[in-house]
Amino acid sequence: MSDFTSNFWSYFISFIVIGGIIGCLALLLMTSKVKQMSDTDNTTGHVYDEDIVEMNNPLPRWWMWLFIITCVFGAAYLIIYPGLGIYKGTAGWTSINQYEQEVAETKKKIAPIYAKFAAMKPEDVAQDSKAMAIGERLFMNNCSQCHGSDARGSRGFPNLTDNDWLYGGSPEKIKETITLGRHGMMPPMAAALGSAEDVKNVANYVLSLSGSMYHSGRAGLGQQKFAICAACHGADGKGNQAIGAPNLTDNVWLHGAGEAAIIKRINEGKDNQMPAQGERLTEEQIHVLTAYIWRFSNLPDSQKPDNQANTK
Amino acid sequence: MSANNVSHQFYDDYAVRKFTVMAVIWGVVGMLMGAVIASQLAFPELNLGISWTSFGRLRPVHTNLVIFAFGGCALFATSLYVVQRTCQTTLQFPQLSRYMFWGYQAVIVAALISLPLGYTSGKEYAEFEWPIDLLLLVVWVMYIFVFFGTIAARKVKHIYVANWFYGAFIVVVAILHVVNSMAIPADWMKSYSIYAGVQDAMIQWWYGHNVVGFILTAGFLGMMYYFVPKQVGRPVYSYRLSIVHFWGLIFTYMWAGSHHLHYTALPDWTQSVGMVLSLILLAPSWGGMINGMMTMSGAWHKLRDDPILRFLIVSLSFYGMSTFEGPMMAIKTVNSLSHYTDWTIGHVHSGALGWVGFIAMGSLYYLIPRLYGQKQMYSIKAIEIHFWLATIGVVIYITAMWVSGVTQGLMWRAMNDDGTLAYTFVESVKASHPYYVIRLFGGALYLTGMVIMLWNTFKTVSMGQATRAAIPSKLVHA
Repeated sequence: MSDFTSNFWSYFISFIVIGGIIGCLALLLMTSKVKQMSDTDNTTGHVYDEDIVEMNNPLPRWWMWLFIITCVFGAAYLIIYPGLGIYKGTAGWTSINQYEQEVAETKKKIAPIYAKFAAMKPEDVAQDSKAMAIGERLFMNNCSQCHGSDARGSRGFPNLTDNDWLYGGSPEKIKETITLGRHGMMPPMAAALGSAEDVKNVANYVLSLSGSMYHSGRAGLGQQKFAICAACHGADGKGNQAIGAPNLTDNVWLHGAGEAAIIKRINEGKDNQMPAQGERLTEEQIHVLTAYIWRFSNLPDSQKPDNQANTK
Repeated sequence: MSANNVSHQFYDDYAVRKFTVMAVIWGVVGMLMGAVIASQLAFPELNLGISWTSFGRLRPVHTNLVIFAFGGCALFATSLYVVQRTCQTTLQFPQLSRYMFWGYQAVIVAALISLPLGYTSGKEYAEFEWPIDLLLLVVWVMYIFVFFGTIAARKVKHIYVANWFYGAFIVVVAILHVVNSMAIPADWMKSYSIYAGVQDAMIQWWYGHNVVGFILTAGFLGMMYYFVPKQVGRPVYSYRLSIVHFWGLIFTYMWAGSHHLHYTALPDWTQSVGMVLSLILLAPSWGGMINGMMTMSGAWHKLRDDPILRFLIVSLSFYGMSTFEGPMMAIKTVNSLSHYTDWTIGHVHSGALGWVGFIAMGSLYYLIPRLYGQKQMYSIKAIEIHFWLATIGVVIYITAMWVSGVTQGLMWRAMNDDGTLAYTFVESVKASHPYYVIRLFGGALYLTGMVIMLWNTFKTVSMGQATRAAIPSKLVHA
C-alpha cells in the first residue's frame, strides 16, 4: 500500500528534500569563498540606524564542518531508511516490521516462564507464589486502571474481590471475560413501564429486594410491573449471568445506590463495556491473570494486591 | 546627534509604546498562569474541582498568554521600532498600527475568556475558535501592510538582517495560521478541522513546530540582530554568516514538524524526513548564536556592569543549548525515550524562558527608557536582581524537568522478565512529584523577576513621558 495518491508526490518530496540539502551545501560553498567586501575595514559598508555596521568575517570552520556533517549524515540516512517518497531504503526497515519483530522476540523470551503455569489448573496456579507475583504485575499493568490497584473497582467498574459476578466467577468465565471483553447493555425501560409514577414504584420494589430503605406502598404497586424487568433480572431479581444482568437483591450497586440512581438507570438504560484483552496479552498470560483474579474471592488468605510488590 | 542631522520628521512609536508596556503586563499574567498550573501538577487539589480553573482549561491560557500575548507584543513592539530605525523612515499606514494594537489585545482578551469556558479547537497553540481566528487574521493583514509598507518606503538601500527575520516571521505565521485553522464552523463557538486523522496531526505539528521556528526563533532572532549590536556598540560579526543561517533556518524549519509524531501512524518516510531535516537544522540555528556571541568580541568586559547586555548574552547561551537539544531529541532513538515525558517540557522551557524570555526582557529594558524620554530604567539594581532571579529560576526549572523526564522515560520502558512493565504509570507520577515541586519553585523565581520588571517599568514610564524621536535626515549609509 502506498502513502501516495500518485507517483508525482513521491518525486515531489524527493526533489525538495534532496534539492534542499544540496541547496544548503551550495549556499555554504558560495558564501565560504574568502572575498573582500567594499570597505577596507572588513565591513559590508552598510550602516543602519546611525551606528549598526556589519563585518563580513569568514564562516567559522568548525561550524561549516558541523553543517556539512549533518547534511552528509542526513543524506546517508535517507539512502538507508525510507524517506524519499516511495523509495524503501537499503536496510528494508519499516516501523511495523520493527514492532512485530520486537513483540515476537519478547513473546519467545517469556514463553518458558509461562509454560509451567499453562499446564496447571487455574486453582493450582492461584497457590503458586511466583505465578501470583506475575499475576499481580499483569493486573497492575493492564487492569488496575479501571478496577483499581486494590481490585475493588469504583462506580461503573466492578469490584473483583467480592463474590458478586456479573458474568460468573468460575475460572472459565473469568478467562472468557478477560479474553473477549464484555459488553453489558440495559435498554431504557421507562416507556415500557408506563408513567414516571410507575418507574418510581418499580424502583421502590427493586429497593425492597435488597432490604434497602423503600416505600412499601409504592413497592407493592411496582411489584406487578417488575415482570417486565424479570425478563433479564429474573422473577426473583437475582439476575442472569448468561447475559450479565446484575443481581438486584445483594445490595451491590455498580452504578449507584438509592432511589434516584435506580430511576436514572430505568430511564436511561446503561451501556457499559470492558475491552477485550485477548489481542494484547498472550493466552498464557491470561491464564495466570485468571488465577490471580479468581483467587480474590476464593482463597481466604488472598489479600488485596500490595502496591509495592511489583517494584521489587 | 548633531543639529544638522535632524529633520522635522519623526518616527511613529504609538503602537511600539503600547505593545511594549503590554508585553510586560502580559508577561506577568502569563507566567503567573504558568505558576498556577505548575502548582496544580504538584498539588492536584488546586484544580479546585471547578472546570474553569482546571489544568486542562488553564494550560492553554498559559501557553497562549506567554507565546502570543507576551512574545507577540514584544515582537510587535520591537519589530515596529526596528523597522523604522533600520529603514530610516516613519511607519507606513500608521493608523493601521493603532487598529492592530487594539485588535490584538481584543484577540488576547477573547482567548482569556473563551479558553477557561472550554471553547477550544483542541489544536495545541491554536486553540482559538474560528471567530477569534478570523480577528487574528485581520490583525495580521494589517501588520503585513504596516511592516512591509515601511520596508518598501525605506530610505536606505539595503534591508537590514533583523528585518529579514521579522519579515520571515510575519509571512510564515500568516501561512501557518491560515492553513492550520481551516475549519468548518458548526456554530458560533464550535468548528471542525477540515483535515482528518493523521493528516490533521501532521498539519497541526507542521504548524506547532513552525510556531516555535518562526515566532519563537526567527522573530526573536530579528530582535537579537538589532538589540545586541546596539547594546554592545560593536559591529555584527559576519554578514555572510547571517545569509547562510537565515536561508538554512527558514528552509529546514519548515520540514521539521513531523518529529513530533515519531512512532505514530505517520508514514515512515515522513518521520525520516522530519528527523533528517531537524538534524540539519542544528548548524543554521547555531549560526545566529555565533553571530550574536561574536558581536561581543572585544567588548566582553561590558558584561561586568551592564545587566541588559547580560540578559542578551545569556539568552544566546540558552538559544544555543536548546537548539542543540532539539535536533538531538528529533533523533528517533532519543525521541523514543524523551517523547511524552517532562524532558520535552524542560526543552521547551529552556528555549522559552532562557532564550525567548531573556532576549525579550533585554530588548524591552533597552526600549522602555528610550520610548519615554529617559536615559535608563528607573532602577538598574532591579534589572540586576531580575537577571539573577530569572537565571536561577530557569536553571532550576529545566534541571528538574530533565531529571523528571529521563526518570519517566526509563520507568515507562523498564520491563520484567515476564514481559510486564516494571512500573505502573502511577509510580512514575509519584517519582515525578518532587521535581514538580522544584519546578514550581524555579518558575516562581522567574515570575518574581518579571514582577520586579513590571514595577521597574511603571516607575520608568511614570517618571518620563512619551517622546517623539526625530528621524535623522542625513543618510549615513554609503
